[in-house]
Amino acid sequence: MKDDHNGAPRTMPIQSATFSNPVNAEIRRAAATGIYDIRGGGAKRKLPHFDDLLFLGASMSRYPLEGYRERCDTNVTLGTRFAKNPIKLDIPVTIAGMSFGALSGGAKEALGRGATMAGTSTTTGDGGMTEEERGHSNKLVYQYLPSRYGMNPDDLRRCDAIEIVVGQGAKPGGGGMLLGQKISDRVAEMRNLPKGIDQRSACRHPDWTGPDDLEIKILELREITNWEKPIYIKVGGARPYFDTTLAVKAGADVVVLDGMQGGTAATQDVFIEHVGQPILACIREAVRALQDLDMHREVQLVVSGGIRTGADVAKAMALGADAVAIGTAALIALGDNDPKWEAEYNALGTTAGAYDDWHEGQDPAGITTQDPELMKRFDPIEGGRRLNNYLKVMTLEAQTIARACGKNHLHNLEPEDLCALTLEAAAMAKIPLAGTDWYPGKPGTSY
Amino acid sequence: MQTFDLEAEGLRALNSTLHAQAANTNQTHWEIVNPKGSHAIAVGLDAPIEVNIKGSTGYYCAGMNKQATVHVHGSVGPGTAENMMSGMVVVEGDASQYAGATGHGGTLVIKGNASSRCGISMKGIDIIVHGNIGHMSAFMAQSGNLVVCGDAGEALGDSLYEARLFVRGSVKSLGADCIEKEMRPEHIALLEELLERGGCDAKASEFKRYGSARQLYNFNIDNAY
Repeated sequence: MKDDHNGAPRTMPIQSATFSNPVNAEIRRAAATGIYDIRGGGAKRKLPHFDDLLFLGASMSRYPLEGYRERCDTNVTLGTRFAKNPIKLDIPVTIAGMSFGALSGGAKEALGRGATMAGTSTTTGDGGMTEEERGHSNKLVYQYLPSRYGMNPDDLRRCDAIEIVVGQGAKPGGGGMLLGQKISDRVAEMRNLPKGIDQRSACRHPDWTGPDDLEIKILELREITNWEKPIYIKVGGARPYFDTTLAVKAGADVVVLDGMQGGTAATQDVFIEHVGQPILACIREAVRALQDLDMHREVQLVVSGGIRTGADVAKAMALGADAVAIGTAALIALGDNDPKWEAEYNALGTTAGAYDDWHEGQDPAGITTQDPELMKRFDPIEGGRRLNNYLKVMTLEAQTIARACGKNHLHNLEPEDLCALTLEAAAMAKIPLAGTDWYPGKPGTSY
Repeated sequence: MQTFDLEAEGLRALNSTLHAQAANTNQTHWEIVNPKGSHAIAVGLDAPIEVNIKGSTGYYCAGMNKQATVHVHGSVGPGTAENMMSGMVVVEGDASQYAGATGHGGTLVIKGNASSRCGISMKGIDIIVHGNIGHMSAFMAQSGNLVVCGDAGEALGDSLYEARLFVRGSVKSLGADCIEKEMRPEHIALLEELLERGGCDAKASEFKRYGSARQLYNFNIDNAY
C-alpha cells in the first residue's frame, strides 16, 4: 500500500458487503442488456437446510440396530386415500418432474432406467409423456400442468399416478418458458406449436381457480381413469400449512411440497432467489396441517428441494415426510456439470458446478439439450446405471442412520431423533437447539 | 336407445358404463336423464357413440372426449369439452367459463352464449358459438378455429399463437399481440365449412378474422409489461 503524498498510510480499500463484486457485475449486466437474468436450477444462496440438523443416535436411552444385518425397511406406498391402485415403491426417493424439452429424450430414458432398477418412480414434466420414459419407467407419474402441453386421456390412463402441478419451489406463483432454441421438430409437435418460438407455460391452470374448483377437477380426472390412479398435488414452498390443508380438502392422495432449492428448467434468477421458502421451513408446517386434519400418513407427503444425500432423506423423513423427490441431484448423477467438460463450460463463460443456462440448449453433457450432436455424448444406459448406484447409496446411508437411531423402518424416524445446530434451523424445523430442550416458538416457553 | 337415470344410478356407474362401450358396440345411442347440474358427466369417452343429456350439467361435461358425440339439451357449467381430442359436443343453451379449454381436436358447438375464457389455450379444437363470448377468450390459443356469431368481450386472443378467430359482431378489445387480419378466399371457405358444421346460418362474409401478430413469439424486453 503506497503512502499518500504526506507520508501517512492510505485507507485500505474495502469491498462493500452490500455492493459486492457479484452484485455489481449483475448491475452492469442489467445495464448493458436491459433484460433480467434467466437461468435453470434452484436457489444458490446459502439457506438454512438439512445440514443444520444432526441425528442424536443411540446411547443409554435408545437401543441401536446392528448395521448391515438387522432389518431396516425402506418401502413406501403412495396414494392410499382414494386410489384403487396405490404406488408401491421399494425406496422413498423418487425422481421429480422434469420435462422432455428441457431434458433430452436420452436423459428421460436414463431417469426411467435408473429409477426402475432402484424400485422407485419417475415423473414426466411440461411437454407430455414420451415413449422413452414410459417404456423405461416401471412407475411413472404423469404431471397435469397449466400448459396442458401433450395432455391426453390415453396417457392419463397409462400412467401410474397423476400429479397436478399447482406450483414448484423455484417459482411459486410463476410460469415457465422454454426458449425457441430448444424447440426441435419433435418438441414442437408434442406441444402443438411452431418450431423455434419461445413456449410459455402458464402460471395457473386454464380451467379451474382455487381449491373448490380443483376438487371438481380431481373428480373429473378420477372418473376418466376409473378411480385407479393416485392423485398428487404439487405445491411450491409458499404457505405450507394452508396449501397442504387446501390440497387435502380438494381431495389429494399425496401432497408434494417443493422448497426453493428445487430446480427449474428456466426462470428469472430474481424469482428463484427471492420467492418461496427453504424446504426446511416447510416440512413441519405441512405435517402439522396433516395432523390437524388427522391425515398424516393417510395422505402421504413427498418433499423436495435440495435433497442430496441419505442424511437429507433421513432428516426429511424424521420431520414427517413419507418420501422425497430429487431433480438436480439426479441430473448430477447422470453427468450434469461434470468437471470432465470443464473446457467447454469455460467456453460458455462458466465452470463445472456453476453451469445453469440449461434453457440455452448448449449443455456439454448432452442432458439439458435437444442438439443432436450434444445428445450423442450421453449414454442413457450408463446414465441409468449411475442413477441406480446413486439411489442405492442414498438408501444405504438413510438406513445406516435409521439403524443408529434404533429404527427398523425409515418411517419410524421422528423429530425426537434430531437436534439443531442453529437457532434458525431450530425455529424452522421445530427441533431443539443442540444441548437444549428448547427451540424458538416452542409452546409453553418464552424467549 | 339406452336410457340412464343419473340421479338413480350415480355418476360412477354412468361413466364406467359409457367407458365400457367398445368401438363396435351396438349400443350407440344413449340418453341421460336427470343430470341436474352434476359435474363430470360423460368424461373421457372413447367410442363412436351418441350421448344425449336431457338437461343442464355442471363442470367439465364431456371433458377429454374422443370420438363420441355429446349433445346437451340445456346449459353447461365451466370447462365443457375441456381438452377434447376428437368427436363433437353440442350445447343447446349457454356455456360457463373455459368452454373448450385446451381442446386438441373435435368440434364444440354452443348455440347460446359462452362466458369468459372460451377456447383458452386451445390446441386444435374448432369452437362455434352462435351467441356472444366473454372476456379473455382464446387466451394463449395455439391452434384450431374459434367462430363467434355474436360479440366478443375484452382482450380477445391475448398472447395468441396460431389459432384463427372469426367474429361477426363487435370486439370490445383485442388482447396483446392479437390483430385483425385479411379474410382471404381460403379463410372464407374454411369459415363456411365451420358454420355449416356448427349448424349456423350466418354468412361468412359478415365476419372479421383475427390472429397473432407474432410479436411475442420470441422474448423481447420491449414487449414486457
